[in-house]
Amino acid sequence: MLTEQEKKEIEAVAEHYPMKRAAGIEALKIVQKHRGWVSDEVVTLVADVLEMSSTDLDAVATFYNFIFRRPVGRHVILVCDSVSCWIMGYDTIVNHLKNRLGIGLGETTGDGRFTLLPNVCLGACDRAPAMMIDDELYGDLDAEKIDKILASYD
Amino acid sequence: MELPLTQNIRPGRPPLNLAEYENAGGYQGLRKVLAQLAPEDVTQLVLESNLRGRGGAGFPTGRKWSFVPMGEDVPRPKYLVINADEMEPATFKDRFLMEGDPHQLIEGIIIAAYAVQAGISYIFLRRVYVTASQRLETAIKEAYAKGYLGQNILGSGFNLDLYLHMSAGRYICGEETALLNALEGKRAIPRSKPPFPPVVGLWGKPTAFNNVETICNVPHIIRHGPTWFRALSRVPDGGTKIYGASGKVRRPGAWELPMGVTIREILEEHAGGMQDGLAVRAILPGGASTDMLTAEHLDVRMDFNSMQEAGSRLGTGTMVVIDDRTCIVGLLSNLMHFFAQESCGWCTPCREGLVWVAKILKAIEHGMGKPEDIEHLRLHTRLITLGRTFCALAPGAMEPLQSALIYFEDDFKRHIHEKRCPWR
Repeated sequence: MLTEQEKKEIEAVAEHYPMKRAAGIEALKIVQKHRGWVSDEVVTLVADVLEMSSTDLDAVATFYNFIFRRPVGRHVILVCDSVSCWIMGYDTIVNHLKNRLGIGLGETTGDGRFTLLPNVCLGACDRAPAMMIDDELYGDLDAEKIDKILASYD
Repeated sequence: MELPLTQNIRPGRPPLNLAEYENAGGYQGLRKVLAQLAPEDVTQLVLESNLRGRGGAGFPTGRKWSFVPMGEDVPRPKYLVINADEMEPATFKDRFLMEGDPHQLIEGIIIAAYAVQAGISYIFLRRVYVTASQRLETAIKEAYAKGYLGQNILGSGFNLDLYLHMSAGRYICGEETALLNALEGKRAIPRSKPPFPPVVGLWGKPTAFNNVETICNVPHIIRHGPTWFRALSRVPDGGTKIYGASGKVRRPGAWELPMGVTIREILEEHAGGMQDGLAVRAILPGGASTDMLTAEHLDVRMDFNSMQEAGSRLGTGTMVVIDDRTCIVGLLSNLMHFFAQESCGWCTPCREGLVWVAKILKAIEHGMGKPEDIEHLRLHTRLITLGRTFCALAPGAMEPLQSALIYFEDDFKRHIHEKRCPWR
């Protein structure tokens, strides 16, 4: 079941479009915000609200890298792997993250704290190398700075 | 030197709120338009200003608007879509404008919507621009409250609703017909053209498309006129440009400068030159999908025509500076991994071709390339071209590669011959 709050938020964003299905991506982000990820069951529930088939909605859900179709950690780390960050030391940064967290790209720590994902250019090329944790952007990274940042998350 | 786009931007501080923006002369362009000008007059002024699209293609903005059918009998609502999906690697200029002065963009949107008589506008924003989304949402609310958006704007009879649509990733959404599908709630694959979006766009209705930076210029053109706007530039294309530099320069950043400054001026005067001990070897002038230039090209002007004459494109105008200790083959391998991953998979040359090219480059980078690989790469740059693909993604991916094969063929050969990366 979707919660009343989820339904209310989805209905509100659907008002922005002449057809409800256009709100698909935003609806999926709404439920993801509340639940952390989007299960098969949730795709069906959201599709019902948007009056479309769950297959159609899943085709959209699987297209975008920010719709998580598997559980993720409490915090998602997006480490920029595009050209400017690559020049400025992406390899060193990502290896430090992997070692510190004890996981590879696409994996979640055993305590469910962090998921580590590579991401295309974060548009922070003037502060490369860069990463985002949840909605927070961090630039000019080095090993020491990363350790401090990680320590500030529960 | 007048710098209209960034005149209100105060780095490190929040953007101007509506009242502050008005005190700085904001929304006067809009007031002038609604009180004195017909929609066609607005388009004519923009045409005369020689404003060319800042998303990368450089198409004259006024001409673009003139393709939108006008009159009582056309299908409605018409739409105006603002492409704020800035996902071209190494590009961060639209973020700077949206975070720095959101009302400038909103005023430009209302004027542009009036010019094409659009009733609904969407800002299509990329997922990771969280700060920009918060500042735009606040500014949109303020604009509604003041009567700049909604019904009967400033008593003119013109109506416009503006919505922020935040995407969920994928580079292909920046392609305008893929973006249309994304907004309609479908998989973001490109559409076949014709019909073109100005005539048959969002939900089949006429739809104008513009980049964020392009639209931010519009209020200034209206306020000060096309002659003033053309005079801001050092070349026939009107206005200023947000240029940027990243890579191992002393002061990476973005700056508003007259259109047509040279690469050298941006690199040496604004980015502070190269870091100690490094020399510039190559430049990606306007994002990942532009042809590389070399240290020989530093005096080329960064405008649409000059860059084209030099064999590249202005693109987004935010350049990547590649130093002499960075491996060009490794860099291309990074770029091609990006393009192959971001292919939407809709057409074969892109879906299959880019992966193949990426694999060859990775093999060469790691010392496992074969002499014939260089010809295979060249062949792909000749085969994956506009006209053979649905959209410009894959042909764009070939631009840095084809230029690297011209200027830096020896780098490829050394990797293959020495069976390792000589830069590591």
